[in-house]
Amino acid sequence: MASHLDNDFRFLQNALDLRAYRQQTLASNVANADTPNYKARDFDFAKELTRAVDGRGNRIELKTTSARHLLPKQDNPLGVELLYRSSVQPSIDGNTVDMDIERAQFTDNAIHYQFNLDRISGKVKNLLTAIQGQ
Amino acid sequence: MSLSNVFSIAGSAMTAQSLRLNTTASNMANADSVTSSTGQPYRAKQVIFSAENVGVPMQSAVGVKVKSVIEDPSPLKLVYDPKHPLADAKGYVAMPNVNVVEEMVNMLSASRSYQTNVDMANTAKTLLLKTLTMGQ
Repeated sequence: MASHLDNDFRFLQNALDLRAYRQQTLASNVANADTPNYKARDFDFAKELTRAVDGRGNRIELKTTSARHLLPKQDNPLGVELLYRSSVQPSIDGNTVDMDIERAQFTDNAIHYQFNLDRISGKVKNLLTAIQGQ
Repeated sequence: MSLSNVFSIAGSAMTAQSLRLNTTASNMANADSVTSSTGQPYRAKQVIFSAENVGVPMQSAVGVKVKSVIEDPSPLKLVYDPKHPLADAKGYVAMPNVNVVEEMVNMLSASRSYQTNVDMANTAKTLLLKTLTMGQ
């Protein structure tokens, strides 16, 4: 039963994790809007969610023949492939943060996060109804 | 937890922006200070921002840090005023190299950025509070 519940919630859990992570990424972009040479980062949400649900890692493993060979560092907990945003209006100090895009995406992501929470609540309610049979 | 990192990120940006605002205030206040504790005219100060990882080393949790505060190397303004006690042999007084227009723009930009970061922290707070009531 527990594994059934796990499966039921896994999609929403993955989506919520990724939404929170994206919120953090976008927050970094907004915070560094005035930092010279900072490059705005983001990731393809749909692609990462598909990957997370399928349970596949997108990291390319290097085959090592010696214990002293270095492996690429896992740079974030979800194994998300962080990309660089291409700038619409490049600035002379090398910063690629476009405040309009970042703010819009930040708000959009926040709403999706809340929607996700709402869906989880809905699912819990459904399960409770099923349990109580009323 | 990714969302709590937003607080560290926005917090670091707010600290950096308020330092920039302080620097601007100092520059504006000293726009006419012909001498200082070093005996030299006041030189405009500028902050240098750098992107810095906050908390756990994660590539995307990047906050802002003020790397250094530099003195503007541009030449001082020379004003002809032979009666001034600090005038040189030719009658020129070296005035601070503060560009008031630039400082005003800096001030507006810093205050807007500060507001945006406060907003961001508030959004993160709302989301976290909603998360606490998940499934109810």
